Amino acid sequence: MKWRFAIPAIVFIALCGVFGWMLYRTGAEGYNVSVLQSPLLGKGAPSFKLPRVEAMDQEIDSRDYAGKAYLLNVWATWCVECRHEHPVLLAIARQNIVPIIGLDTKDDLNDAQRWLNALGNPYVATAFDADGRVALDWGVYGAPETFLIGADGKILYKHVGALSMRVWQEQFLPRIQQGSAPVKPVGEGS
Amino acid sequence: MIVELGHFALVLALCLAAMQSYFGLAGAHTQRAQWMAVARSALVGQFVFTVLAFGILVYAFERSDFSVRYVAMTSSSALPAIYKFTAVWGAHEGSMLLWLLVLALWSVAVAFFTKAMPESFLSRVIAVLGVVSIGVNLFILWTSNPFERLVPAAVDGNDLNPLLQDPGFVMHPPMLYFGYVGMAIPFAFAVAALLEGKLDTVWARSLRPWTNIAWAFLTVGITLGSWWAYYELGWGGWWFWDPVENSSFMPWLVGTALIHSLAVTEKRGLFKSWTLLLSIFAFSLSLLGTFLVRSGVLVSVHSFASDPKRGVFILMLLALCIGGALLLYAWRASRFRSDVGFAMVSRESFLLFNNALLIVATLIVLIGTLFPLFIDALDLPKVSVGEPFYNLMFPLPMLPMLLLLAVGMHAGWKRADLSMVRKPLLIGAVIAVIIGIAIPLTGYGKAPLMTCVGISIAAWLAFSALIEPFNRIRRGHSLSPSVLGMSIAHLGVALFVLGVTIAKSYTADRDTALSPGSTAQLGQYELTFVNVKDVEGPNYTAAEAEVVVKEGGKVIATLHPQKRIYRVQKNPMTESDFLADWNRHISVAMGEPLGREGDTWSMRLQYRPLVRFVWMGALIMALGGIIAVFDKRYRTVAAKQSSPVTAQAAAKQGV
Repeated sequence: MKWRFAIPAIVFIALCGVFGWMLYRTGAEGYNVSVLQSPLLGKGAPSFKLPRVEAMDQEIDSRDYAGKAYLLNVWATWCVECRHEHPVLLAIARQNIVPIIGLDTKDDLNDAQRWLNALGNPYVATAFDADGRVALDWGVYGAPETFLIGADGKILYKHVGALSMRVWQEQFLPRIQQGSAPVKPVGEGS
Repeated sequence: MIVELGHFALVLALCLAAMQSYFGLAGAHTQRAQWMAVARSALVGQFVFTVLAFGILVYAFERSDFSVRYVAMTSSSALPAIYKFTAVWGAHEGSMLLWLLVLALWSVAVAFFTKAMPESFLSRVIAVLGVVSIGVNLFILWTSNPFERLVPAAVDGNDLNPLLQDPGFVMHPPMLYFGYVGMAIPFAFAVAALLEGKLDTVWARSLRPWTNIAWAFLTVGITLGSWWAYYELGWGGWWFWDPVENSSFMPWLVGTALIHSLAVTEKRGLFKSWTLLLSIFAFSLSLLGTFLVRSGVLVSVHSFASDPKRGVFILMLLALCIGGALLLYAWRASRFRSDVGFAMVSRESFLLFNNALLIVATLIVLIGTLFPLFIDALDLPKVSVGEPFYNLMFPLPMLPMLLLLAVGMHAGWKRADLSMVRKPLLIGAVIAVIIGIAIPLTGYGKAPLMTCVGISIAAWLAFSALIEPFNRIRRGHSLSPSVLGMSIAHLGVALFVLGVTIAKSYTADRDTALSPGSTAQLGQYELTFVNVKDVEGPNYTAAEAEVVVKEGGKVIATLHPQKRIYRVQKNPMTESDFLADWNRHISVAMGEPLGREGDTWSMRLQYRPLVRFVWMGALIMALGGIIAVFDKRYRTVAAKQSSPVTAQAAAKQGV
């Protein structure tokens, strides 16, 4: 007599078990929240074709850079942090480990050309993303942001905010040296 | 800085909710009036700080503060002011804060406007609502904080999903949440009654208005969602049996059952443990809906944020809230005995069938929604149960329910004497069958069996719903809001059934290629494609067609659908044009240009008869629920104890 009032509780506990197991499985299949910063990580980099800031009659095709690792740095002249970051990019470019492609987003062309002339150009080429469409494709929150794209064309890492030499050494270099590999402990890479 | 204050206000609200729960429970247990007063004050504080947190988030949106991650993700500086406001609940974080705000609103309303219950009972209700607040607040702070900063700040936001930039979306989520979250009230009442071990007529009478209001909000919310999907998604359908839709529909079905079971508990003191169980179920399904939509366990077109970490938290919340309530139920429910009986033919037995059939319907939807999950858990190949499953299964409990409803409305309590209404009901049935055959034949030219059945049932139901108010007015009797509300709500059911039947039966769709001057037949309408020309909009260029709609040789409308290319995003957008009358919708949407000349187009033509009745019927149901709330007996403040005399008097009034 009394037991029938326990039936809802028993059914509910069974349901919870199924849900819990489902969640556990969803979690186990490579959906690790702590590492995940962008849904694009580990996926193929979105391709784009854009005019070059340095020479608007030329076109940059992201597919030309396929086959080896490169950095994509999102910047703009209106971005204060980008100015702070610029010397770091120049230093990284001097190390000559990977090419850096610039993505100048939602910017004024004249300002951007003046910026590169005045501050120095760390980029092998800079794409002019006038309306920010390509930045949107890449899931950019704001500028600056830097992506590491592996030789297989997949996005290996994404850094939001200004790069520093420390971030470069601890996060980017180990990944570049390993090709594509899980995160290495801090400091081991350099 | 302001944004950090919002975060802080949320933390304070959490602390106050903890006080609210502790002092509410402990105060009621030890019968200390001061502690119970503290619980009440803590609730007010929790409400104030939740409002403050929400207000600050709104402020961040209006100011377009893109240093807040959530604002940057869902708004943009170019967004119109009204959509900046609605973008607050345009994604997961903000909509959870809205959930919490609505819960606080409901809690305060219940605490201050429920007069008839003793303070110790209300104190327990406040405490249970506090526990739910704690859970949701922790969920927001831990997994989905809308006040999280974005360093460095974004220059502009990602914009609100264009689909959500629609008037329908301004009202749909708040309405839905008022309904969803309102189901927490019966839940809190049920848990408090289980804790006290006492449940009487006053309990049911105090709960009924709240349940009705919450249910009406849920009805309106679901209706708006359906209307939004119909117009904005433009798929020509108004219900897709999508997991997100289902997760709001299941609490509605159980809520409907609860409204009816509460009537029996109030009038006859019966179905007590059943009413308690339904109260727990209705809120469980609301929480389950949140879980399914937010956790990523089920993927749907509607769900905009999903994350397993959130899923784990909601599952824990679900297990604690619902599991706790159900264990309490298992332990205590046997105390709630009813000694009175009722005859085979009586209002009680009709309502019992109503409840059973509604629960069967809920189970069908639940199974359909969770089926893919179980399939997945058992590692069977992925199979989806879609519309065919529901279209086959859902009418099975619903058709008998509608027939029982038409008779049951007139049944008296305890032992029904239906001889008084036998004649009008029979006459009504004959007229209804004639209407059911006549409308399809004269209006639409063909009469499939199920269509005739559907229309007949709707007509009979409408007729039956009007008997009682008509009789009372004719005899000069007063018409209480309870009876009026019931009749109106059931009339709404009839209109809804009529709309669904006709819209489903006589829908016509055509995809066809048209060149200028050519004509296509759609049902009894002739649509002539006159020409196509280029037009310039503010931020797009478009090809605009002119299509003339004729019925029996007479022009009834000229439609101008467009195919737009937005200049910046280069996205083509199809803007279909509607002919929207009370009894029909005809829409034309342009597909792609065909042929070398570029003036032949593929077009999608749709005809939806009587589709407006679907939403109108649902809104009338909600209206009926609200009218019933205004019944005098819900306002009797002094009724601390239910005297047998008033209970009988109320029973005579009906409902």
